[in-house]
Amino acid sequence: MNALIRSYGAAAFGVALVVLMALLPLLNISIPGVLPTPTYQPGALAMLSLAMVFSALALSYNMLLGTGGMLSFGHALYFGAGAYGLGIILANLGVPLWPGVVLALVGGLAIAFVTGAISMRVTGIPFAMVTLAFAQAGSVLVRRNSSITGGEEGLSLETDHVPDFLVGVANTRNLYWLTLALLVVVYLVALWVDRSRLGHLASAARENELRLRVLGLEPNRAKLVLFLIAAVSASLAGVGYILLQSGTVPRAVSADLTITVLVMVVLGGVGYRWGAILGGFLYTVLDQRLTVLAGSEAIESLPSVLRVPLSEPLFLLGTLFILVVMFLPGGIAGTVQSWWARRSGGRPRDELGELEDDAEEVLEPAETRRS
Amino acid sequence: MSEPILTVDGMSASIGGQQVVESVTFEVPSTGITAVLGRNGVGKTSTLRGILGLIKRQGRVTLAGDRIDHEPTHKIVRRGIGYVPEDREVFASLTVAENFALAERQAAPRREFVAELFPDLVARSKQMAGTLSGGQQQMVSVARALLNDNRLLLVDEPTKGLAPRIVGEVADALEEASHTVPMLLVEQNLEVVRRLATDAIVIDSGRVVHRGDAKELLDDAALTKRLLGVHGEAPAGEAHA
Amino acid sequence: MSTLVLVLATGVGLGALYFLVASGLSLIYGLMHVLNFAHGVFLTLGAFIGWEAAQRMGASGWAAFVVSILVGGIVGTLFATVTELALIRPLYERHIEQVLVTVGLAFAAVALFEGIWGSDPLYISGPAWLDETTSLLGARIPNVYFVLMIAATALLASLVVFLKYTRFGMIIRAGVENRAMVTALGIDVKKSFTLVFAIGGSAAGVGGVLAAHYTGYVSAHLGQGLLIFAFIVTVIGGLGSLAGAAIASVLVAVLQQLANYYLGGTGDFIVVAALAVVLLARPRGLLGRRPA
Repeated sequence: MNALIRSYGAAAFGVALVVLMALLPLLNISIPGVLPTPTYQPGALAMLSLAMVFSALALSYNMLLGTGGMLSFGHALYFGAGAYGLGIILANLGVPLWPGVVLALVGGLAIAFVTGAISMRVTGIPFAMVTLAFAQAGSVLVRRNSSITGGEEGLSLETDHVPDFLVGVANTRNLYWLTLALLVVVYLVALWVDRSRLGHLASAARENELRLRVLGLEPNRAKLVLFLIAAVSASLAGVGYILLQSGTVPRAVSADLTITVLVMVVLGGVGYRWGAILGGFLYTVLDQRLTVLAGSEAIESLPSVLRVPLSEPLFLLGTLFILVVMFLPGGIAGTVQSWWARRSGGRPRDELGELEDDAEEVLEPAETRRS
Repeated sequence: MSEPILTVDGMSASIGGQQVVESVTFEVPSTGITAVLGRNGVGKTSTLRGILGLIKRQGRVTLAGDRIDHEPTHKIVRRGIGYVPEDREVFASLTVAENFALAERQAAPRREFVAELFPDLVARSKQMAGTLSGGQQQMVSVARALLNDNRLLLVDEPTKGLAPRIVGEVADALEEASHTVPMLLVEQNLEVVRRLATDAIVIDSGRVVHRGDAKELLDDAALTKRLLGVHGEAPAGEAHA
Repeated sequence: MSTLVLVLATGVGLGALYFLVASGLSLIYGLMHVLNFAHGVFLTLGAFIGWEAAQRMGASGWAAFVVSILVGGIVGTLFATVTELALIRPLYERHIEQVLVTVGLAFAAVALFEGIWGSDPLYISGPAWLDETTSLLGARIPNVYFVLMIAATALLASLVVFLKYTRFGMIIRAGVENRAMVTALGIDVKKSFTLVFAIGGSAAGVGGVLAAHYTGYVSAHLGQGLLIFAFIVTVIGGLGSLAGAAIASVLVAVLQQLANYYLGGTGDFIVVAALAVVLLARPRGLLGRRPA
């Protein structure tokens, strides 16, 4: 009963939050130091939209790492497939936007199917390396074939077939609503995955793959399906990205981006849906504000020993990331949750703890299978 | 009767978050061989691994009166424990001599003693351990534990999967060793247990369900059948070594 | 013919560079099961500091070149040792977190390098001989390739001697096979962890200086770019196998160069395709041990 009230409470809170987010473009709220402009102006809306795109990407990554226990370093490939896929389709095929989006998602799915099926020949750390290699191939493909992808320069969105209400700075508000809708969709997919038999099977596989095999279940198929859902969700985020930025750059398929997403998910808390969203927002805000801070006079006047590190936002984020991994296992969401659980006498979840055991099991089967 | 060499008090152990040993309590006397018995998969191996800290464990474990339950494995071993793991676990890509060299902890390792017990291995010292037969690998594994003057040996299924003749040789070596060092022995072959063990502990579902004299247990056919699911008599055809 | 020889030599030179990175990765992974994303930044820092040292000695002399290699090696060793002690050791046995801290370190270090040395590549020069070529079978082969091959061969030989004839080497070989059993013989395996990081770091640091001469520049991304290929090499060779890493380094690099030259710059794809083929046919890699 209690749990029921809690889950209704959470749902009501979630709906309220979405409604509030949806109303933001109509309101005049200023948060100095966080938002560059009041909320009704394009500056703030563009930043929040980007944060939502990254949150959706982080949510999709959390399906892999949090639910499936799969540490992938190639997730950016599917994000890039969505972004570049849509860009290339609109520029070359002359189809309208919405069929183009469907095609881009199908393309992302196809790439994910081939690369995922091969990557899953191995597990654990080798899986991480192999996914990285595939993403790298994608990245090289994008950089090399400049006649199609724009190469290093990036690809601008061909707007002939994009509805007018989604084009231009004046319509940032509409793009904002679009990315909000996209985030909600990915959230619902993540929620469904976690609640479904599929998610249970995948997370059970994370804990004890051998036992599932003995029971005659096929954890690998469940993990592959999970991988595909996560990849298509990432492609959807990529579609949002190119529409929002009216273009895409090679960084969208780079290992750098995957690592950035990993940073978001770990900061927010692996295994927590709201942690992934929080991570996406936090990262976007920190990245933008730290860049502004880096150029500020206060930093400029420091001696170079302090000025150089402090003027590199990624250095600060990397350091923050290391500190979180070492001292806040569970990230922000995990820490808040276990603090909350201690207060109300429950048992805290330990998501990374479970992953660890998984890694151990993958790497040292001989040692763990003993009676 | 002197102080027990090892005491295990309410030790639980887990692998990958799953509890495999549930609050076991027993003692190992400072002389003779104590057999750990029980059906397959009841937690015998995990009990040994828990004592050594190779898997996560809680509870109180003492060696000669000193707490060892919070120490890392290598420190526990350096206190004077020799371990002969299940499935031998020799380093396959290292030579026999290298396997021995890694195991030697004291300035004057008991090389002659080992050479007398396993003359075969001396001749094969330059051979990769992975190319040895199962029986020879088991001897390497036992020899590694006997190279040092230990206060206790933990020996896990030393005769598993070996031909009857080799079973006899391994049992001979363990019997010889038991004159100088107490031993905690996990063994499925009850004939070997009957020959070697002085005391016996029976584990079921991760708990100790019986403690007592080894021969008395094996002589009580009904009790043996109830606890182990088998008869204590020697199976026909298995020769006394 | 002479073109083929040149392409092959370029491949072997690049393979030597891969091996300088992959050998450390493979040892670290084999013994500790840590995927070290920071390995590339060990290399990059070695290259930058080595370059700084050479600059101060007037770059074009042989003495400056030798010193820069030594400095690169020492910097790589120190960086790697500190990383192991400060970041990896506190997370003992928590493999996922260990990977994550190395990711964070790589992320932060690259940004810091950009802050210090800028984001544009720094073009370097060394002894003039390095930029000259030697004729071999009609092909004019840049001398820096020979230096790389000598360095990689020397590294391989000294690693083999170290692993085969020293007690630490023996512990590392045993630990790659079965780390738990090594501790169960009373050996403190953690000392070997620091040691393999130090060894890997020194090879990467030396590799950094040589990589800079191979490519002609140093940049903050030098190491991370090589790292991805080193990962592929270690997977193809078989994780934890030094011989596998050596063979795969050369195979991968030669294949890459051949494809780049004869198949219109498709080297990187061929390498990834080779990885896919190896994984499908033999997931444990060429010389990897069968999972126990």
